Amino acid sequence: MGNKSRNLFLIPYVFWIALFVVAPIILVLFYSFRGLDGSFTLSNYQHFFSSTYFQLTLSSFWYAFLITLFTLLISYPTALVLTKMRHKQLWLLLIIVPSWINILLKVYAFLGILGTYGPFNAFLDVIGIGAVQLLFTDFSFVFVSVYIFIPFMILPIFNALDKLNPAFVDASRDLGASSFETFRKVIFPLTINGVKAGCQLVFIPALSLFMITRLIAGNQVITLGTAIEQHFLVTQDWGMGSTIAVFLIIAMIIIMFLSGNRKWGLTSGKKA
Amino acid sequence: MGKKRNWPAIYLSIMFVILYAPIFYLMFYSFNSGGTMYGFEGFTFDYYLEVFQNTRLLIIVLNTVIIALLSAVISTIIGVFGAMAIMYVKKQQTKNTLLSLNNVLIVSPDVIIGASFLILFTFIGIKLGFASVLIAHIAFSVPIVVLMVLPKLQEMSPTLIDAARDLGASRMDILTKIILPYITPGIYAGFFMALTYSLDDFAVTFFVTGNGFSTLSVEIYSLARQGISMEINALSTLIFLVTLSLVAGYYFISKKAVGMAGMGVRK
Repeated sequence: MGNKSRNLFLIPYVFWIALFVVAPIILVLFYSFRGLDGSFTLSNYQHFFSSTYFQLTLSSFWYAFLITLFTLLISYPTALVLTKMRHKQLWLLLIIVPSWINILLKVYAFLGILGTYGPFNAFLDVIGIGAVQLLFTDFSFVFVSVYIFIPFMILPIFNALDKLNPAFVDASRDLGASSFETFRKVIFPLTINGVKAGCQLVFIPALSLFMITRLIAGNQVITLGTAIEQHFLVTQDWGMGSTIAVFLIIAMIIIMFLSGNRKWGLTSGKKA
Repeated sequence: MGKKRNWPAIYLSIMFVILYAPIFYLMFYSFNSGGTMYGFEGFTFDYYLEVFQNTRLLIIVLNTVIIALLSAVISTIIGVFGAMAIMYVKKQQTKNTLLSLNNVLIVSPDVIIGASFLILFTFIGIKLGFASVLIAHIAFSVPIVVLMVLPKLQEMSPTLIDAARDLGASRMDILTKIILPYITPGIYAGFFMALTYSLDDFAVTFFVTGNGFSTLSVEIYSLARQGISMEINALSTLIFLVTLSLVAGYYFISKKAVGMAGMGVRK
């Protein structure tokens, strides 16, 4: 293509990048230095490093870690089984379909399932534990989040397992490794990139989703995302909200750097 | 041995039950005349009637669909331009920079996108409502369209363009008769992704929607915050059906796209 037409393609796209990628980041940075009265101040950052926000950040990370861990523990075996099925692409599609249903509807379903008279409590009653308050606890928050994130974790792991050359597994077995050893020393290390991609896909949203905490956990759990929403839409303290947003962005960059997977393949399918 | 071999299948079945249970749970109780999500009393269509008689809700559904279609069309156009811009930029470094900037909105958490767009719209003085929601949806759909179209552009042999030019095609001819038809499957895939992104989005819309305007996700959220509402259950059945048909459509199109890709590679 000639120079002229190339420039024409660039115009709307670069305009989009400037307005919706670069400008918002700069504005968030700018607002993070703004006090409630609109003056330039570092007080937001001072606040952030005070005990309240520090604890909030720690607990948010802790919950995100738990959610990622449980999601991984459930998803890896699922992906492993899936790759061994005969019509694996169809089964995979069936696993993915629930993730296309509006997240809010699924979260809403748990209002009923975990409710006082819901099936979960009925089950606890049957096995003799008796009904307990499940909604508005941190347990329900982790439980529902894991449910929501499972498909996002399965997909990259499935792709990694699917690409794994079965000859490696056969060789390992031929050389006398037990199936556990084969898994630990061959299968898992060779699919670690899928695991990293999955963890990244789960951890960042787990830090930032606020509707699950609001609907399921009441005010028992406050994540970084909940705090940002609170500051922007409830207390109208955009400065403080932006400061937390800046730290969430920094956390995101660190996580992406750690998981070393900057290519968010199309395989991720859908964002959370 | 026979017993042992069943475990994977059992595990997978449990996963399927768990993944689908909440959705079918919602749909099941949408027919409960008792009006609760426990203790099924009797079968009723009342809540579906309520949904169809609730004009406010229908307007919101209409809004959601209009926003989704408009944002998908516009973001597809910008996204196709973007993919071509990235493809035909000569310097590798510029290309990488453009790609990284493209992916920023895909990896950013929704809260960050929502909050920063809220600041942006207030800063440049766009009133919160239909316009701000539409612009936000276009903005976060563009990068996914680019990512869907770009591979099709990359797999296209440059000799096709050379041949067309040798045969006397103008630049416009090359674009409309060679490039666009070739990347059409990618464009459709991008359009569908943009559509589902828009229909599904809650967090970004929640930030930039203001007071008067609402989309379905935001409405479901505010209803759910007040507790159980059977209208949401009835809606969820309807949404499930629509989603299924969208997934089927997307699956069909991506199958077709793969088929086309195969044809492109075949000598």
